[in-house]
Amino acid sequence: MRKFLGLAAALLLSAPARADDTLYADMGGKAGMDHLVEVSADKYLADHRIKDIFSESNMDRVRAELKDQFCMIADGPCTYTGHSMEAAHKGLHLTNANFNALVEDLQDAMAQCDIGFATQNRFLARLAPMQHQVVTQ
Amino acid sequence: MRSFLPALGLVLAGILASPALAEDMFNSGKLLATGGVSQIEGAGGGGIASWAMITGYGTRDGVGANIHYTAVPLPDYGLQSAGVAVGLFDRLEVSYAWAEFDTGDVGAALGLGRGFAFHQNIFGAKLKLIGDAVYDQDSWLPEISAGLQHKENDRGAVIAAVGGKGSVGTDYYLAASKLFLATSLLVNLTLRETKANQLGILGFGGDKHNDYSSQFEGSAAYLISRRFAFGAELRTKPSNLSVAHEGAAWDLFAAYFFNKNLSATLAYADLGNIVIRNRQQGAYLSLQAGL
Repeated sequence: MRKFLGLAAALLLSAPARADDTLYADMGGKAGMDHLVEVSADKYLADHRIKDIFSESNMDRVRAELKDQFCMIADGPCTYTGHSMEAAHKGLHLTNANFNALVEDLQDAMAQCDIGFATQNRFLARLAPMQHQVVTQ
Repeated sequence: MRSFLPALGLVLAGILASPALAEDMFNSGKLLATGGVSQIEGAGGGGIASWAMITGYGTRDGVGANIHYTAVPLPDYGLQSAGVAVGLFDRLEVSYAWAEFDTGDVGAALGLGRGFAFHQNIFGAKLKLIGDAVYDQDSWLPEISAGLQHKENDRGAVIAAVGGKGSVGTDYYLAASKLFLATSLLVNLTLRETKANQLGILGFGGDKHNDYSSQFEGSAAYLISRRFAFGAELRTKPSNLSVAHEGAAWDLFAAYFFNKNLSATLAYADLGNIVIRNRQQGAYLSLQAGL
């Protein structure tokens, strides 16, 4: 019941401001985005190419911050208050191969969440420039 | 260039001899399809039009290498090419291609003999200058590369007989590529300085025109999925020989990337008028396998 109320509230809140036009809406709104973060984070942790990067991370916090960040990037009603991309990845010595491995996992996760390929690319287009801050190696 | 390729082969053999190093070097770190397919002259790119991207799936920390085979059975001729290309640190590409142009029955009609064939050795190099076609989604700047293709044709006497001025020539090109990711569209534009007649099949320069001329290549590819793209290419060519007018070539293609090790391209290509035969249209088939 509480879940249902939460969903109803989310739907009501997302109704104004032409939310239907946003990438956020096309990616399933709050429920869809949160699910995407969960599915994709599981994939990062199972990917031998990048799982070690998260060995020192508090994954609950990472997941929560990713939910806010993804939501904000997709023009959803959220504010990401976490670290800047530079600060969050400082000292991790990430390579382009690491970055692209994460992109591939995210693509797999989006497909699994039934997000269409064209919509996936709209979202990835907003993430792609982060390569400049994230990849330092 | 020819002495450089064996040296490169030795380096690659050395890397492959050490499995851990090989896995690190051949990191296959680029995203699927962003390495392109193999251009008919051996460079990484589209089929007849060039791309700025460096071939293969090596990132700036790795190398990628591939081989290709392409067949273009035309109504009156047969064109095929095979080659090898290496991408180094997503910065430099070196390639070699062998191309054959079989004149079929036209050879007999021209007194060359049925199935008379022209062959070319094509040595290529491409250097990425600036930009990244994939990551720079926040800017209009494309990825830009400069390249050259040195071509050696084995039929100097026939080339001279049809009015060609040389059997050896070098093309220079500047290629710009941009992935408009939000719309799933890849666009490539290339300016090529060349003297080549029919890509060099009929030699270089001619009785009508013997200077370099600026030619244009353009292509657009729409991505349907991570594995599948379709699009169109156009390439203008000089018309240097008075024996036959030479026009532009174009094609409509579909490319399927099975994985980072194998891709197949199928196209409907129109190479235009080639010596006494008009409308050389036909299928274009290409396979690329790589590390």
